[in-house]
Amino acid sequence: MAQWLARAADSDVWWSFKSSATTVIAAIVTLLIIFIAFLSPVLAPHTPFDPSTLSLTDGLKPPVFIGDDGDWSFPLGTDDQGRDVLSSIMYGTRLSLGVGFAAVVVAMVIGITLGLFSGYFGGAVDAVIMRIADVQLTFPAILVALLIDGIARGILTGQRHDEIAVFVIVGAIGLSFWVQYARTVRGSVLVEKNKEYVQAARVIGLSPILIMFRHVLPNVTGPVLVIATINLGLAIITEATLSFLGVGLPSTQPSLGTLIRLGNELLQSGEWWITVFPAATLAALVLAVNLLGDWLRDALNPKLR
Amino acid sequence: MMATNAPPLLEVKNLRVEFPTRRGTLVAVDDVSFEIAPGEVLGVVGESGAGKSLTGNSIIGLLEPPGRIAGGEVRLEGRRIDNLPYEEMRKVRGARIGAIFQDPLTSLNPLYSVGRQLIETIQTHKQVSAAQAQARALALLKEVGIPGAEHRIDHYPHQFSGGMRQRVVIALALCADPRLIVADEPTTALDVSIQAQIIALLKRLCREHRTAVMLVTHDMGVIAETADRVAVMYAGRIAEIGPVRDVIKHAQHPYTKGLMGSIPHLGERGGRLTQIDGAMPRLTEIPRGCAFNPRCEFRGARCLVERPELMAAGASRAACWLHDAKGVGAPLSKDGAKELANV
Amino acid sequence: MLAFILRRLVQSVAVLLVVGLVAFFLFRYVGDPINGMVGQDTPAVEREALKQKLGLNDPAPIQFLHFVGNAARGWFGLSYRTSEPVNRMILERLPATLELSFCAALFALLVGVPMGVYTGLYPRHWSSRALQAISLIGVSLPTFVIGILLILVFSVILHWLPSFGRGETVDLGWWTTNFLRWKGIEALIMPSITLGLFQLTLIMRLVRSEMLEVMRTDYIKFARARGLTNRAVNFGHALKNTLVPVITVTGLQLGSLIAFSVVTETVFAWPGVGQLFIQSVQFVDIPVMAAYLMLIGLLFVLINLAVDLLYFAVDPRLRGGGLARAGGH
Repeated sequence: MAQWLARAADSDVWWSFKSSATTVIAAIVTLLIIFIAFLSPVLAPHTPFDPSTLSLTDGLKPPVFIGDDGDWSFPLGTDDQGRDVLSSIMYGTRLSLGVGFAAVVVAMVIGITLGLFSGYFGGAVDAVIMRIADVQLTFPAILVALLIDGIARGILTGQRHDEIAVFVIVGAIGLSFWVQYARTVRGSVLVEKNKEYVQAARVIGLSPILIMFRHVLPNVTGPVLVIATINLGLAIITEATLSFLGVGLPSTQPSLGTLIRLGNELLQSGEWWITVFPAATLAALVLAVNLLGDWLRDALNPKLR
Repeated sequence: MMATNAPPLLEVKNLRVEFPTRRGTLVAVDDVSFEIAPGEVLGVVGESGAGKSLTGNSIIGLLEPPGRIAGGEVRLEGRRIDNLPYEEMRKVRGARIGAIFQDPLTSLNPLYSVGRQLIETIQTHKQVSAAQAQARALALLKEVGIPGAEHRIDHYPHQFSGGMRQRVVIALALCADPRLIVADEPTTALDVSIQAQIIALLKRLCREHRTAVMLVTHDMGVIAETADRVAVMYAGRIAEIGPVRDVIKHAQHPYTKGLMGSIPHLGERGGRLTQIDGAMPRLTEIPRGCAFNPRCEFRGARCLVERPELMAAGASRAACWLHDAKGVGAPLSKDGAKELANV
Repeated sequence: MLAFILRRLVQSVAVLLVVGLVAFFLFRYVGDPINGMVGQDTPAVEREALKQKLGLNDPAPIQFLHFVGNAARGWFGLSYRTSEPVNRMILERLPATLELSFCAALFALLVGVPMGVYTGLYPRHWSSRALQAISLIGVSLPTFVIGILLILVFSVILHWLPSFGRGETVDLGWWTTNFLRWKGIEALIMPSITLGLFQLTLIMRLVRSEMLEVMRTDYIKFARARGLTNRAVNFGHALKNTLVPVITVTGLQLGSLIAFSVVTETVFAWPGVGQLFIQSVQFVDIPVMAAYLMLIGLLFVLINLAVDLLYFAVDPRLRGGGLARAGGH
């Protein structure tokens, strides 16, 4: 372990990390947001989505640092229902991050699997998978996600849809991001496919797919990690956008995007804090993740740009 | 050959090129000095990494960052050019110094016809009308031996073969009648059969135009055939410089000797080809004293601690203590060498 | 060249057929076309008769052919939500979306390309680093957040620009336009910036990295060695060589502008097809969804074809394929 750490500390990747102040800050911000979000049940001053704790008399309080109406128990103000904006943001971030991570994992699993099959079997399997990928790539991810969500709504009834909205959203976003992983893995598989160890595995009766998987995975870890980091930012944005459009997470389970949509309705009358704070949180989170992704891409493979 | 009393066309004095890296500064060209007389062909030979291309790039002012000239000076026709502002140097490039690069496939912009690239270069340096520039472009293409130049002038680079493209590149270098051409491995990327043609062409054109050439290559054969003098570079320094015949027949530096021993000669049967053991050190690990000492069979104690400068050696100049009055110092056993190297 | 265009045409039709297949499955199996046409209390016998009449009992491939035939003539049935013909609904709203996308594209290109060139030429200059940082912020801010912030600043606080709708439009009979009234142009400003900003940053970053790449090539170094002026090297030689990848991506990006307008139109209550699509997703209005899908597919295919034609204009290597081999030795 110590040896491994020492080697890591001497590596070029670690060096480029240390020498980029922006990246270090981005990493700290990301970790901090993740930490606060996942501990929100403990850290948040209120439980904003438990109706029994809300009181309408607390409604529309401005943040404490503005005017005299502020209340220190609601540092960032409240919305029209009397929900604490700070607590809503903490819970909302937790959902946004959760959906983002889950969607990336779904995309990664689908993409890696299809890429492996596509590269290994070639021929018709390859053609079908890659043509689907081509067609899907012509549509922006947000449209694909919207479409999948629309289909889910068509199949499920309204009530049922709200209950499993999180899964629908994770699935929809996951399905709209798999193509890049599939292409990367497929490329790597095509390189490995004809190497001797794959033939050898077949001769001694091992499953060539499994063997290849074990060899291909280390080769694609770098690029896949880069794609995943960049996708995490995109997935969070996509979820927020879907929720903002009113087809994502319902207002009973608000993510940052839902919060922004709810606040947007009050923006015209001047209650800006209900929108601006979640929006700023979202922007900070995505910016930090994107900075990490950008750095990772340059550090792991300067050619990938 | 070199007229000793004529002022040199190009003077390079104590040139030093550095590359800052995160593990410290690398010295890629170290204290290199030489001259080129008008109309003279100087061959610069050495292994890759010896610093010969960097020397060439320093002269045309196109050293790629982070590399930089850290010391010394370059003078063309008596005028110092290594510290000129970009715009001033631009007017020197192409007009006074032409350049030919290694790979003709990538030297030409694929999106413009060769005629356009020629005319553009001519009009940048000469006050001529479009028609005159067109006529000169055509004349140049004919001069470098492009068959059917009249209609080839409108063709794009991808429509030419590698050898033909290098001819176009030579035409481009000659556009403004430069006094010096820096040719960086001009034949390395070409087929062997084409190489001789290109070298012959270059030689003929330079004689006709009285253009001096700095011919950078790792091919001793090309040097022998073309150059008047030759500079042998090793690990960023000049190991030996002198008239080409002398350097080939009577090499004075052990490295040059090894280099010559590794070339087969036609008509010499029975002789064995020699080889130099080991490899040129990386820039990060150049040994103290003479950079060649780990591979040198003549080394003495002095070679491990004191760096030799160029000194008179036969008809040439060589950077080797063998030609110094005090010699190489005490002879060393293999183990002794290691001990001393660790001091 | 003709063969190439023909091949691309065939590919385009194939892509459209795949999109059509998805749309058909949506249309036929996710929604129930009969429910969209008749009331809840229509007796089963009548439903069956209608089904028969509409050919819904035919084998699926036949139905698909019918669907494709209808789609080719622009017929997608009636909206479940409003019972209007879908094609008319879309045609009414298409001008709003196309004008918005056009302005956004113009904004993205006219600002993004020069910024990319500048940051590519002077990557170490502080202003390039600043632009690069701003561009990353641009990529990280979701479109709708940018729209909301613009509304907050320029409508709610400063009252300079309208926060929703198209403002004043002029009906030309077959097209309604914003461009002929100042109020209409005013209304276009914020939505165009919102929609174009993401594409702007993408184009800027792409042009920058392409410029950096090209500046390292031998022919740029050789152009410098020939003593060409900076201007000739940067714009004559470098910029032109970045054009091919830039055209590809920009083309695709312009296509996705039309799709991304879904978000912008919602933020600014812009009465275009994007807003229509969102409403159709919320109300599970399958015919509208299917038609929108086909529309986007068609636009992408058209843009891709235009991009291919542009290649020929830019890159001589693609022109006159036969000549390439005629090179003498």
